[in-house]
Amino acid sequence: MSETATERVSYLRAGHSLKSWLLTTDHKRIAILYVLSITFFFFVGAIAAALIRLDLLTPAGDLLTNDGYNRAFTIHGVVMVWFFLIPSIPNTFGNFLLPLMIGARDLAFPKLNLLSWYIYMIAGLFTVFVLIAGGVDTGWTFYTPLSTMYANGNVILAASAVFIVGFSSILTGLNFIVTVHKLRCPGMTWGRLPLFVWSIYATSLVLVLATPVLSITLVLISLERLFGLGIFNPALGGDPLLYQHLFWFYSHPAVYIMVLPALGVISELVAAGARKPIFGYQFVAASSVAIAALGFFVWGHHMFVSGQSAYASAAFSFLSIAVAIPSGIKVYNWTATLFKGHISLDPPFLFAMAFIGLFVFGGLTGLMLAMLAIDVHVHDTYFVIAHFHYIMVGGTVSAFFGALHYWWPKIVGRMYSIVWGRLAAIFIFLGFNLTFFPQFLLGYLGMPRRYHVYPPEFQVLNVFSSVGATLLGAAYLMPFIYFIHSLRYGAPAGDNPWGATGLEWTTPSPPPKHNFDSVPLVDRPPYDYEVEMEGDNA
Amino acid sequence: MTFIPLWPQSVSDYSHQVDLLVIAFTVLIVALSAPVFILIVVFAVKYRRGRPADRKHSPNRNIPLEISWSVIPFVALVGFYVWSTELFATLRHAPADALQIDVVAKQWMWKFQHPQGQAEINELHVPAGEPVKLTMASQDVIHSLFIPALRIKQDVVPGRYTTSWFTADKPGTYRIACSQYCGSNHSEMTGSFVVMKPADYAKWLSQSSNDQTLAAEGAALFRSRGCSGCHDPASTVHAPSLVGLYGNPVPLQSGEVVIADDEYIRDSILLPQSQIAAGYQPIMPTFQNVLSEEDVLKIVAYIKSLQPGEATQ
Repeated sequence: MSETATERVSYLRAGHSLKSWLLTTDHKRIAILYVLSITFFFFVGAIAAALIRLDLLTPAGDLLTNDGYNRAFTIHGVVMVWFFLIPSIPNTFGNFLLPLMIGARDLAFPKLNLLSWYIYMIAGLFTVFVLIAGGVDTGWTFYTPLSTMYANGNVILAASAVFIVGFSSILTGLNFIVTVHKLRCPGMTWGRLPLFVWSIYATSLVLVLATPVLSITLVLISLERLFGLGIFNPALGGDPLLYQHLFWFYSHPAVYIMVLPALGVISELVAAGARKPIFGYQFVAASSVAIAALGFFVWGHHMFVSGQSAYASAAFSFLSIAVAIPSGIKVYNWTATLFKGHISLDPPFLFAMAFIGLFVFGGLTGLMLAMLAIDVHVHDTYFVIAHFHYIMVGGTVSAFFGALHYWWPKIVGRMYSIVWGRLAAIFIFLGFNLTFFPQFLLGYLGMPRRYHVYPPEFQVLNVFSSVGATLLGAAYLMPFIYFIHSLRYGAPAGDNPWGATGLEWTTPSPPPKHNFDSVPLVDRPPYDYEVEMEGDNA
Repeated sequence: MTFIPLWPQSVSDYSHQVDLLVIAFTVLIVALSAPVFILIVVFAVKYRRGRPADRKHSPNRNIPLEISWSVIPFVALVGFYVWSTELFATLRHAPADALQIDVVAKQWMWKFQHPQGQAEINELHVPAGEPVKLTMASQDVIHSLFIPALRIKQDVVPGRYTTSWFTADKPGTYRIACSQYCGSNHSEMTGSFVVMKPADYAKWLSQSSNDQTLAAEGAALFRSRGCSGCHDPASTVHAPSLVGLYGNPVPLQSGEVVIADDEYIRDSILLPQSQIAAGYQPIMPTFQNVLSEEDVLKIVAYIKSLQPGEATQ
């Protein structure tokens, strides 16, 4: 067995030329391409974030001009949402793991997968070009009539970039859906799918159904700006609120596109970290689909103060709290999974614990925002910023880092420093809370979002936030350093360093080009940790 | 406390109620999240790998338990939903006798118009203890009038009127902000909200006295812009009479019946073809690019003042 393992060439060594990477159809190599490009866009978005937080150190915003500040937060939002958060986990870990986890050799459409990456890169570099060409100052939401009649000239370019990246999302989503339906190995029934696969599957459904609406909306914006069609212009009989309905019809589900894969990652990390089957597998799997479905019926909660009908607001408020049911199931089931487990305090599990804490807080403050009378006060303030950063950054980014620490040995075949990994998890958690908790207070005190200058009484809390952001930024760099170090100096990881279940851990690390020598056969339920438990039970 | 304020000033009965709701919801957040936080830490310590502990017969599922921990929080949330929605509903029902102040938002200033004709920029003076209703119009992009001390906020949307109302109780000066991103100087589109004792407010009104009330200015516009040519009772053109129109049902050509509120009158001036009154020809021209939002608000004020049997102001 060990002899054949060394003879098999890993996906990393199956060709060394640049061409062998840029023309690859191997899902694992495409995942690496995504990891590198997503890291690049994360830095672009992070630089904009750093400028924002530095500028807000003083009430007068001495670092940037008004327009410079507006462009900084716009590019921060556009890049982070469409070029980091949405593709982060699905396109990297989804690509790498989905075929491995269901016992397939590749995705259903490998060439389409490569095309998705090229579309993503074209759109991303287009965005960087827009940035260099002077940026855009509409905010990532492109609200009309500001974007169609008043903003500077790069709106159409920026909208085009987002329009293009939408195709990448749709193609990836289709690819994942077909793969899950068609390429599961014998015995890998729907009831045995890893929870990460369930979450990627649910996410893909949302991607395919919601993204076209965004694309059409962006086309409408561009046409209105170019030709004055009047779809959103009241002077011509249009309606600015129509734009908001269209935009949030995509962008609320998009929140679940960002966070559902993270929830899937955490289920994997919790099960492996506790060496226990996930508590209530069926409920946790079903809750992913329920969140995806409910996500389509709550967009109006972004519009409670927009002037939409009060009855519509009341209905959207009610539907929004319904999302608490499937979200609560996940959190409480993870907690129950830990009961009588064999809990490891290794970096992946620390990131998972940090995720749960931040996600719970972000989710519950989201319910606060779903309450009409509370939202009227805190809408469009820093309270909202704090809330969605708890979900998006505290949640999705923590899960992304958790996933990176968990599957890194599988991806590169080497371990990293566990001690440094633990420190990074702790510093990221602390830095994150110091950055964003003060923003809840700022929001309730009445500091609106997208403010370049602010009343002096808000300065102390803003300074706390900026100091936290500095710590957070430094903490995010730590994994960057020890991961690169591990590429060269890390100890060989072995096939299954965490003693985890799941087909991906039955392959060598890093996996060979074609994943499995023979088609795997699954005859056990997922997270079947009972066997391994015996020896460790003191 | 001036070093780090932790709670905003609260100056109306409504704002106190919002605070109460927020405090109660914070308690709910603690109640729902504390078990998770505490148990994760307890389990992580107690069942740390390699540490001796009783791990036998740990259950993998418990459906009644799972249903209960999804349904019980939901029921609690429905309670909060009812509370919060009722509170929100009060914002939609201004008292009939509320003082009517018009708001015009434009990049990047607030203009407030009092019924007696006084207009002010980036300052809003109101009498304490008296309900005030705001009718808001935007000249360009979407803005949002945000008065944190009142816990109210309402987007000001081009093409339609939005409203809000409040009764401020505590005299003092508070902040006004624009909370909907509106371009370059968004963060400087701020102002002062000045609550005065009723006597002081009366004095302020007389000091910043204006020759004409809003309705009177509207009447002047009504004549100078040619509206009276058709809508005066003496006119030969077949146009609806506007006396007693406000607040009453209007049958439309389409068969619908609408109430003639501010929004209807505004639309009839700017988009006259959209809602034709039954029995009339669609001959009225649009005043879309002729009248500013402020002018329209003045004409609306004039038409509101046209009550049967009362002398026009």
